[in-house]
Amino acid sequence: MLKINDLHVSVENTAILKGVNLEVKAGEVHAIMGLNGAGKSTLANTIAGRDDYTVTSGTVDFFGKNIFDLEPHERVGEGLFLGFQYPVEIPGVSNLNFLRTALNSIRKYRGQDDMSAADFMKLIRAKADQLGMAPDMLKRFVNVGFSGGEKKRNEMVQMAVLDPKFAILDETDSGLDIDALKTVAAGINAQRRDDTAILLITHYQRLLNYVQPDVVHVMIGGKIVKSGGKELAAELEEKGYAEVA
Amino acid sequence: MAATAETRQQVEDMSGEYKYGFVTDVEMDMAPKGLSEEVVRFISAKKNEPEWLLEWRLKAYKSWLKMDEPDWAKVNYPKIDYNDMYFFAAPKSMDKPKSLDEVDPELLRTYEKLGSPLREQAVLAGVEGAPRVAVDAVFDSVSVATTFREELKKSGVIFMSFSEAVHEHPELIKKYLGSVVPQRDNYFAALNCAVFSDGTFVYIPKGVRCPMELSTYFRINAENTGQFERTLIIADEGAYVSYLEGCTAPMRDENQLHAAVVELIMLDDAEIKYSTVQNWYPGDKEGKGGIYNFVTKRALCKGKNSKVSWTQVETGSAVTWKYPSCILSGDNSVGEFYSVAVTNNYQQADTGTKMIHMGKNTRSRIISKGISAGKSQNTYRGLVKVLPGADNVRNYTQCDSLLVSSESGAHTVPYIEVKNPTAQIEHEATTSKISEDQLFYCRARGFGEEEAVAMIVNGFCRDVMQHLPMEFAVEAQKLLGISLEGSVG
Repeated sequence: MLKINDLHVSVENTAILKGVNLEVKAGEVHAIMGLNGAGKSTLANTIAGRDDYTVTSGTVDFFGKNIFDLEPHERVGEGLFLGFQYPVEIPGVSNLNFLRTALNSIRKYRGQDDMSAADFMKLIRAKADQLGMAPDMLKRFVNVGFSGGEKKRNEMVQMAVLDPKFAILDETDSGLDIDALKTVAAGINAQRRDDTAILLITHYQRLLNYVQPDVVHVMIGGKIVKSGGKELAAELEEKGYAEVA
Repeated sequence: MAATAETRQQVEDMSGEYKYGFVTDVEMDMAPKGLSEEVVRFISAKKNEPEWLLEWRLKAYKSWLKMDEPDWAKVNYPKIDYNDMYFFAAPKSMDKPKSLDEVDPELLRTYEKLGSPLREQAVLAGVEGAPRVAVDAVFDSVSVATTFREELKKSGVIFMSFSEAVHEHPELIKKYLGSVVPQRDNYFAALNCAVFSDGTFVYIPKGVRCPMELSTYFRINAENTGQFERTLIIADEGAYVSYLEGCTAPMRDENQLHAAVVELIMLDDAEIKYSTVQNWYPGDKEGKGGIYNFVTKRALCKGKNSKVSWTQVETGSAVTWKYPSCILSGDNSVGEFYSVAVTNNYQQADTGTKMIHMGKNTRSRIISKGISAGKSQNTYRGLVKVLPGADNVRNYTQCDSLLVSSESGAHTVPYIEVKNPTAQIEHEATTSKISEDQLFYCRARGFGEEEAVAMIVNGFCRDVMQHLPMEFAVEAQKLLGISLEGSVG
């Protein structure tokens, strides 16, 4: 599904990623853990195609395509989703309008017709309900005036509606209380299937109490220095990064 | 593969070509080039006008000769040579069309390309639930055909071309023409008074709520002809009308002058809602060509409890100089101005409003959204004036500017003159750059770059767009997207 080979990335001429190797297969959930500045978010933003992230060498293969040949929205069309650490506010644009436009853009990329308004309403109501989002939140402007937990819940609803094949969740768990954390975990687990894969980026082990990863990676200084099973997360929590790595 | 063809189409679309750039081939009847007393007489004679109107025109022409072109707006353009342009052009084939059937099919095709008849056809065909809009189409200088007139007549509403009204309702024209915008009001208004070609006249009688939206499509066609529209709308006591004005012009290399005058009059308890979507040709990417849009629009809330609201979406024209204003003369009258102005490439817009509070308890509200892209300059210029006798005036002004590119400019120039201590005036203004975070967030949800900009800009304009009549709002939203094509980067 996703194969990263010796990826080097600079931001404003400073090397951040220094040779990342990673392969994620369908049906797998991977977690990348690491301290601030280790390069975790840089990896997520590079895969999603944010400007100002310069790939100096290496490749990322996404469903057999060179991901860097694709525009950000084309990557989404191919099945990518990035859950934001800080979901952005878009005043004047309702959640419904935003998500419907997003879904239809993706469908257009895939050569499908627009989803009808009625079908879309049915879909989004069902997903919002599953994730405990109040219906009136759908009419509100995208993330405007949402609490931290509501924003992350909104990310989960977006993911559920857009139904990506490969989701990267960039510290979606940070700053959440336990209830919000459980909501996020429910969203992730609902998206976990044989034909999807998920890459969790996190500081802490606590999300992993609710979402069991297949593989845990430790990132330090722009490289993945250690990989292992879910027990590695617990070990990190106990001993700290310095000792484990 | 479908996706590839789609992508190619998108790339073609993204070059931002003006979609309405085509020329209709019909024979024209022209006045001699340049402006002189003879030309004014020629226009008047062509239109078979009564003596009093000719005199009125000549008086305006003489005033205009002594006036100077204004230079205070934040716009730059080469000096206009008024002797190198045509002031009147009428398609020859349409001396007296009686119905749509008699109209030159070429002209109808022009409107079809503009999309105007789409909704009109639906209405004509009696499609259930289709919006009821009466259209008065202005093709260059002569009003082509007026639909729905019969039905409007039943409710006593008069909706016809200005030239016809001169003959059919001279008493109303004499009474109100120039009563809101005096001939000598400004240089371009004086010019319009001298050479105005045609336009629209509307009268809503006492107590009548106009049964449908009234709409005019403007279009400049002939090369080097200025278009000088004249619109006069009168809402008698307790009357209500919603009027839509839409404009497109085909592509021309030479700049074309458009100097319209719009006068609205509201008597006691009357209300007029005037909505404009303006997408005249803005010039090309290098700033060549495009329309000069120097328009005087003013509403007089003459009666007590009267109300006017101007809503405008301005995306076109190379240079815009336009301040739809409200004279709140009647006690308790209300003036509203909702504006979206988008500039891209080398467009320049200097637009805003004037709220003149004369009556007691008069209220006004100004919401202005300016979006600057490319290398354009976008200025809000507004005046809120409270006269000594106007007690308990309230005004709220909000001016927001959004910069889409780093080479564009946004300017806000508010003037506030208060001569009565009981007035409450509020002014809020913001300027921001379109955020990279917002753009990336949209793109990470599957939006193309242009689509992302359009979505964010539409959100930014929402407070204004929601004041447009429904069928106009949808067009306006699309128009915002089209206008900003090629603006990213």
